[in-house]
Amino acid sequence: MRIAVCIKQVPTREWQPRIDGTRRGVREQDASFEMNEPDAYALEEALCLREKHGGEVVVCTAGPARASQVLREALARGADRAIHVEDERLSSVDAFVVAGALADAVREEKLDLVLTGLQSDDQGAAQTGVILAERLGLPHATIVMDVQVQESSVRVKRELEGGWFQWVQMPLPALLTIQSGINQLRYATLKGIMAAKKKEIRKVVLAAPAAAPRVRVVSLDVPRKTKQTQMLTGSPSEAAKGLVRKLKDEARVLA
Amino acid sequence: MIVVVAEQQRGKLHRASWEVVAAAQELAGDQPVDAVVIGANPAEAASELSQAAVRAVHVIDSPLLEPYTPDAYTAALDQAIAELKPSHVLLPHTYRTRDFAPTLAARLNRGLVTDCVGIKPGDKPTFLRPTYQGKLIAEVAVEGDVPHFVSIQIGAYRGDSAKRGSTAAPINTVVVSLDASAIREKPEEPFQEAKQAVDLSQAERIVAVGRGIKAQEHIALAETLAKTLGAQLAASRPICDSGWLPMERQVGSSGQTVAPKLYVALGISGAIQHVVGMKGARTIVAINKDADAPIFEIADYGIVGDLFEIVPALIAELEKT
Repeated sequence: MRIAVCIKQVPTREWQPRIDGTRRGVREQDASFEMNEPDAYALEEALCLREKHGGEVVVCTAGPARASQVLREALARGADRAIHVEDERLSSVDAFVVAGALADAVREEKLDLVLTGLQSDDQGAAQTGVILAERLGLPHATIVMDVQVQESSVRVKRELEGGWFQWVQMPLPALLTIQSGINQLRYATLKGIMAAKKKEIRKVVLAAPAAAPRVRVVSLDVPRKTKQTQMLTGSPSEAAKGLVRKLKDEARVLA
Repeated sequence: MIVVVAEQQRGKLHRASWEVVAAAQELAGDQPVDAVVIGANPAEAASELSQAAVRAVHVIDSPLLEPYTPDAYTAALDQAIAELKPSHVLLPHTYRTRDFAPTLAARLNRGLVTDCVGIKPGDKPTFLRPTYQGKLIAEVAVEGDVPHFVSIQIGAYRGDSAKRGSTAAPINTVVVSLDASAIREKPEEPFQEAKQAVDLSQAERIVAVGRGIKAQEHIALAETLAKTLGAQLAASRPICDSGWLPMERQVGSSGQTVAPKLYVALGISGAIQHVVGMKGARTIVAINKDADAPIFEIADYGIVGDLFEIVPALIAELEKT
């Protein structure tokens, strides 16, 4: 089977974003980047399915030139080839545009399955995969925790709210958005890194004119505190002492 | 006109539906707000929602809408929206909405703002939503033709602040035509993985650990603090994904929702998926090395520093008394 995995390059989780001079973007020059974590689980799931059923794993991204680093990483982990819709404008557009660009890039690939993470760690819109399914005319399931490929269909375990789950079956080809924690991630081996150098990254130009974004950032801000937080400072033992006193005398949650 | 798409399950209204009514009333100004209830025989939910100060409740009732599938929901709401012609469609940001709303908006080529936590009403309203794991708040505008779609984060608005009507709103039926053979997804019965042996929702005190605990062997430290406080041990999702604690101890949107008197968050950054499960706690203590971690926005007491130094000091202090 042929499986496409759509991945996004995002700033590392540890990075504290700083707002740039336009107040609509962040200072990317301060950031280091990594593969979006839920997308890494989607890639792992695709690699496991290939081990079980054979076939090919194609990784795709729609992003600026820097995003080719996560494709290289995916190839090193075992993906067979990559597609990069490359355009600098893709670093600041919405899911509507990204999904359209990905759809154009993979439409002719004769895919059996398209996987992606359930949402991105940066914008977190949780829309790209679902819109992509609609653009490709595929059935989909979101927040998937298990994937069983059958003859011409797929049976997936969807996570519902509050600890509930549900199996859903649908015909192939289909699109699934994968939840973090579905599997154990593998990391690239030295052999994988060397092999990745010989693998193809096909560059695709963003169709012009590209679709206009539907959601535009007007301004960015740091969140306003909803509570007055009392910070306890000093050495660890001083802070601990201060906290215990507050919990007893003020919050009255300790006897 | 603004439409609220309520969520219901077998006639029982999802509590977030009232929160979306409150958000819609804030957005509406002088415009009317209508509600849509969708499902197989959702009369009971429609009747509850008719108590809200809405112009009308529109019921989409078809046996093909139970169990939920994205194909049936998208087809039904597509037809209802064509008939009602709203300027905005507001939905609760539930797992179900996340499954069908992007399809619906994309089919109509319309914009969807997800996970909205605030609204600036006006002729060209804007919407506030968290980005970068809640470290920033983005104010966004929706471009292009209406209707514009907006999903409201659970807990961002208070359901009890939604205005109630002096009389019950009229309940109409929206007739839609659905084709059973066009529904590609075949869902089975929902189930729970294991009987929840630990009921965290009843706990008076909780000590919860997040990524900051770094390694499985450090869980014991949190366990000691929990024991000293007489608290239950809980965790954010990554800890349970790693298998360091069982899934039944997970707090957040995919785990349990808790409201203890005391919640001590150790090395938890405060991603929204966790916060929705614990922000009802009466007193929240956050210990984190990152002073900018979003958990400090909801904490009553905070300590910035190395939890491996602070937690032993805290245990020692508690043991003194």
